[in-house]
Amino acid sequence: MIIQGETCDWEIVIGLEVHAQVISNSKLFSGAPTEFGGAPNNQVSFVDAGFPGMLPVINEKCVEQAVRTGLGLKAKVNLTSVFARKNYFYADLPQGYQISQYDQPIIGEGTLLIDLDDGSTRPIGIERLHLEQDAGKSIHDQHPSKSFIDLNRSGVALMEIVSKPDMRSPEEAGAYLTKLRTILRYLGTCDGNMQEGSMRCDANVSVRPVGSTELRTRCEIKNVNSIRFVQQAIEYEARRHIDVYESGGDIKQETRLFDSVKGETRSMRSKEHAHDYRYFPDPDLLPLVISQELVDGIKATLPELPDEKKARFMSEYGLNSYDAGVMVAEKDSAEFFEIVAKGRDGKTAANWVMGDFFATMNSKPEYTWANPPVSAENLGRMIDLIKDGTISTRLAKDVFIFMVESGKDPATIVEEKGLKQVTDTGAIEAAIDAVFAANPDKVAEVKAGKDKLMGWFVGQVMKATQGKANPGMLNELIAKKFKE
Amino acid sequence: MTKLTNLTIADALTGLSKGDFSAVELTSAHLDAMAAKRSLNAYITETPELALEQAKESDARRAAGRAGALDGIPLGIKDLFATKDVLTTAASHILDGFKPQYESTVSQKLKDAGSVMLGKLNLDEFAMGSSNTTSYHGNVVNPWKSKSDPAKQLVPGGSSGGSGAAVAARIAMGATGTDTGGSIRQPAAFCGVTGIKPTYGRCSRWGIVAFASSLDQAGPMARTVKDCALMLNVMAGHDPKDSTSAPIAVPDFAAALTGDIRGLKVGIPKEYRPDGLSDEVNKVWEQGIEWLKAAGATPVEITLPHTKYALPTYYIVAPAEASSNLARYDGVRFGLRVKGDSLDDMYKKTRAAGFGAEVRRRIMIGTYVLSAGYYDAYYTKAQKVRRLIAEDFKKAFETVDVILTPTAPSAAFGIGDNTDDPVTMWLNDVFTIPTSLAGLPGLSLPAGLSADGLPMGLQLIGRPFDEETVFKVAGVMESAAGFTATPAGVAGNETNAGSARGGV
Repeated sequence: MIIQGETCDWEIVIGLEVHAQVISNSKLFSGAPTEFGGAPNNQVSFVDAGFPGMLPVINEKCVEQAVRTGLGLKAKVNLTSVFARKNYFYADLPQGYQISQYDQPIIGEGTLLIDLDDGSTRPIGIERLHLEQDAGKSIHDQHPSKSFIDLNRSGVALMEIVSKPDMRSPEEAGAYLTKLRTILRYLGTCDGNMQEGSMRCDANVSVRPVGSTELRTRCEIKNVNSIRFVQQAIEYEARRHIDVYESGGDIKQETRLFDSVKGETRSMRSKEHAHDYRYFPDPDLLPLVISQELVDGIKATLPELPDEKKARFMSEYGLNSYDAGVMVAEKDSAEFFEIVAKGRDGKTAANWVMGDFFATMNSKPEYTWANPPVSAENLGRMIDLIKDGTISTRLAKDVFIFMVESGKDPATIVEEKGLKQVTDTGAIEAAIDAVFAANPDKVAEVKAGKDKLMGWFVGQVMKATQGKANPGMLNELIAKKFKE
Repeated sequence: MTKLTNLTIADALTGLSKGDFSAVELTSAHLDAMAAKRSLNAYITETPELALEQAKESDARRAAGRAGALDGIPLGIKDLFATKDVLTTAASHILDGFKPQYESTVSQKLKDAGSVMLGKLNLDEFAMGSSNTTSYHGNVVNPWKSKSDPAKQLVPGGSSGGSGAAVAARIAMGATGTDTGGSIRQPAAFCGVTGIKPTYGRCSRWGIVAFASSLDQAGPMARTVKDCALMLNVMAGHDPKDSTSAPIAVPDFAAALTGDIRGLKVGIPKEYRPDGLSDEVNKVWEQGIEWLKAAGATPVEITLPHTKYALPTYYIVAPAEASSNLARYDGVRFGLRVKGDSLDDMYKKTRAAGFGAEVRRRIMIGTYVLSAGYYDAYYTKAQKVRRLIAEDFKKAFETVDVILTPTAPSAAFGIGDNTDDPVTMWLNDVFTIPTSLAGLPGLSLPAGLSADGLPMGLQLIGRPFDEETVFKVAGVMESAAGFTATPAGVAGNETNAGSARGGV
């Protein structure tokens, strides 16, 4: 995206830091559970609360999840990594430091392919992924002079996934977050739920004149909790930078907050918290050493990832890039589609899934992938009925609605409702004759060259057969009739 | 019969198993002695009811034939170990009223072995000190008296000063200590008792209030080498709750006391003769070498060239870790809270009121050496030097089996001495710190008396996880030294009594 300024055209440079909560039963360094929404301070061990003499012990599951994610991002897995302490004081940081990884993260450089609306893709570099502890939660609005602290989240494992400053528009940033979330969900390493805070995003934004390769001072916008807000925040921030530069000012590096109500970013008061985090290797933990065998073992269990799946859907089912992208956006939709499409025409399957099926799926909240309005098997069987001529596409729409209502098998519905299409030439000809007989004036008009009325005849005959006439045969027979 | 409080742990175990006395009697004798010696201020918290209850249970177990390795033995626990439902202070104001709901692994193991806890022993605040004069709960007094000035109160050493004083004064048969830079060995030397800092990773740190995580290590203090071995047998072992504890089997350390050290090579580091080393200490060291020779070992001069950098290295690494470890004492969740106008104000007021001067000094040093712009010059450099110091030992142990050095440059000094300049105080640990930085086992045992009648200790340093050789050599030295001296008040005497072959 290019923003036209008064002095020149500007380009936005965006890097994203995503904090993704690791799916694990217990926390990164303690055995306390990680479920969301428990009563405050109910999922806290003495380790999480920073009690004297408590020591962290690494949760191997979290390490495996980080490796899994790294592999999913086609990134380098560092067999030796080091946990470091990031020191600062805050009421919801019980130890007085966060255990994180600093100069030796578990995952190094990787790549993520973003899918843009025009069907094109673009690679975005991943700088690193490291494991760290989450802090607790400070609640300031419950009491006029006191803050309440909930340590349930304290110590929960996060993966901080840092991109390279490779994105150039809010759209790309959105595509990056969407794709990252898709991959994390495919991998089962993070549920990607931004509302619940299990995926949070900090955006680093700067601008530069088009054609320049410099990296200007960036501002970090913290903790934005939806993809839409990330995009809004980036756009606002970029325009703010341009305004400052064009009026002769300078941007100072700072952390800003996004106000989603006003749609603007604001400087966080930084004076009293000019942090020097005093990172140093955590002496309570040995360097984290993992074996190549562990990595290979995890690699062997990786699911087919969205990019590979998309490519396969295109080659195996003949989908175009856009349709394939839609299908693989969620693991469940891809699986659903594949059941429908297996052994059938892929394009037809895609049309049905993306059309009637998605529309119905989105119409009521009770429909989920675990409880879809129509099972993939039935949808597939319905397509078979179209293929073998039992029903027309037109009739199939009715069959679909009956399947949603009753959950019955399409063949049963066709049987019960008498929806079998009419392929008997005689019967269709009889119906045509009746319509012709009733509308001699219109027949004359068609014969005089008013072809547009042909469609009207098709509609009339279809109506007369309660929609059951085979549309192909009907068209053919009407055309033949007029030529007589 | 010998007074029950004068027995060694080994003898007491025999007496208990023969039914000469009960655990309740043994414990009661100690509780009486504790009450009579409160002036030493060795205990911060006495737990007599708990002790008697545990003693009763011990007698019941023994009667049922289920006695553990230390069943019925009354011990003191340094107040740095978290003890369930018993006040745990780290000798700091900031832990006011803190009663943990958990028990440290080491004290739990001692409990499981049947031992009786007499109470929580005084120490330097957060184990930071070499004289037990930084405790919020007051100085500990060394039971030993100077011949020349019997009225003068002497320090017991630190930080495990309460442990050293209690074991010497016979108000605990043994005690737990922790050692970060010499905190078991130096007070053992000052109090005329034996103590060992095992190899880093030998004992679990779980539940021990952390000072410097990469150095802290628990160990026993007792009146004989064998008693230390018996205690360490119980205290040691891998703990999955401490990632730095070593998954290495624990041998029977007491079985290592064979008395046979023929053919062993004993390293004598030439760098361990700094200015300020007292002639008396030097003389005891020379005697120690002679004893080992007489027992068939061979002294070998070795070089540990980076020794002189050990103290500055330690005073970067330990405060750096401490500054971070002590961040959790913020008034939010436990211990002292001094109200403030804001969160930051509460932090400042709580920590200013809660920490003593030495702790504040080390937090500031540690914060400084880790801060942006100084990290490489201090912390990174210190880590490099630390590796060189460890290399020195590694090289030395290619030719020798054990190293003999003095434990401390002098015998115990007076309370209030060496306080003008913190660095003078820190020099007390000049012989113990290199071992800590290298993570090696180091044992101090009393080897002789100074002209002033005060005990002096020698230190034996071993290879990583080779406490057995250390114990074996220590056992031989102990016999040779014949250290039977006792501090004032132990044998009904007003001043120190008894003798030692070592010293002047």
